[in-house]
Amino acid sequence: MKKENSRRSFIKNISLATFSALALSGCDMKAFDAFLQKNFKTLSKNEKDSIIKNLEIKYKEKYGKEFHVSDKPAIEGTLFGYALDLSKCVGCRRCVYACVKENNLSRDPQIHYIEVLQMEKEKGIDFAHSTAQYNPEKVPEKGYFYVPVQCQQCRKPQCVTVCPVKATWQEPDGIVVVDYNWCIGCRYCMAACPYGARHFNWGEPDVPAEELNTEMHYLGNRPRMKGVVEKCTFCIQRAREGKYPACVEICPVGARKFGNLLDPDSEIRYILENKRVLVLKQELNFQPKFYYFFGS
Amino acid sequence: MKEGIFLVHLILFEKKFNMKDKFYRNIKNPGILWALFIVLFFGCNNMESINKELYKVPDEKEGNKKTEKAIEYAVEAPPFSDGIFPCTDCHANFPPKPERRELVEWHDDISAIFDHDSENRWCLDCHDLNNRDSLKLASGKLLDFKESYKLCGQCHGEKLRDWKVGVHGKRTGEWNGRKEYLLCVHCHNPHSPKFEELKPEPPPVRQEDIK
Repeated sequence: MKKENSRRSFIKNISLATFSALALSGCDMKAFDAFLQKNFKTLSKNEKDSIIKNLEIKYKEKYGKEFHVSDKPAIEGTLFGYALDLSKCVGCRRCVYACVKENNLSRDPQIHYIEVLQMEKEKGIDFAHSTAQYNPEKVPEKGYFYVPVQCQQCRKPQCVTVCPVKATWQEPDGIVVVDYNWCIGCRYCMAACPYGARHFNWGEPDVPAEELNTEMHYLGNRPRMKGVVEKCTFCIQRAREGKYPACVEICPVGARKFGNLLDPDSEIRYILENKRVLVLKQELNFQPKFYYFFGS
Repeated sequence: MKEGIFLVHLILFEKKFNMKDKFYRNIKNPGILWALFIVLFFGCNNMESINKELYKVPDEKEGNKKTEKAIEYAVEAPPFSDGIFPCTDCHANFPPKPERRELVEWHDDISAIFDHDSENRWCLDCHDLNNRDSLKLASGKLLDFKESYKLCGQCHGEKLRDWKVGVHGKRTGEWNGRKEYLLCVHCHNPHSPKFEELKPEPPPVRQEDIK
């Protein structure tokens, strides 16, 4: 007996199987819409509004709380910059956990946007001899200084260049963001980032519902999915409302400074003009907007 | 770029058909090398224009826009220890003694921790002998406790300058609007100003510990 293995029959069967799977899975129109959703940058105002409305409903069903998801665009005439005073930082890691809370980062598997590196004063800024695992009774430890590293918000972000689907881009206010719905999880951007600032959701992100921050931004701290990349956005949900990022507000020694690089009267511009400033891995010419300085 | 790749495919493919398995011989043909060179050259040029599009960010020199003049608010001076202010409640009953000495009966808690150039200074370098509810500048001018930062600034002028522009110390609130700043004494104990050591939050999970 001759088996029918023709291309025609294969296509016939596969299409039948697809349709029946779709029908059987009972997936609702919303999930279907989300699947077919376009890149955030190409969405119209109406499309954005309806997507956000659906998201708010979805989150309410899932977590039993009211959420506010914003899609506020960049404020005109702003370019965000950040400065961190290396002479003040004591390495207490308060910023790390304030960030986790503000940005709804997965607790397990653990994701931290900020990694505080302990370095030896004798060696200077030397990544090879630094550690993030220090855990003494009290900080700062004698003979060491601390360099917190997070997304450096490069002016020439290579994570953006390598993205094969344009799921990540630089906003007009300089913040590099990710469209979690568009990200395919290829992790090219993680390989391209020399600061280790991008993080992949290897598992379903786990955030206790009672600890969820309900003030969200579509490109920022809304709940992520498994299999997408995320990163620090200078707390886009706060920065675009005029507020300081969470890490700035929590810092007990006032080492973190944030502001508008286009405003000549801002703290950040004062630092650039009056202090000794450096950027990490300057030789790569990614031109970070995250500066380190020595205040005293 | 896409057109370039297509061109290469076209050339290679055509030749492949002509020569069948002896395709690689064709590399000797300088025509193909030229085509490759041209494609690469123009391809790179195209790439540059794509990059420019990607990095569309306002130029700092062009922009130079001022955000609205920031409004600053001092937060309340930190509270005194319970029942210690006004100082005159007790001091009114004692005759003022201007000579330097070790305090034993009262304020011994302060003398125990006092570490602020203690070799050369003592209480009455900052507190006024006759008006106990006031601080005193080196010039003798009396100063309210709310303005203590001026007293600190006598010696720490550089810090005061940085603090005024928001670089030393912590500001909270809005980066483009209402800001709150802390006074020196919110973070530094004036009698022992060195920053206290802190217990660090737990370190991140090691990669090798992830199950």
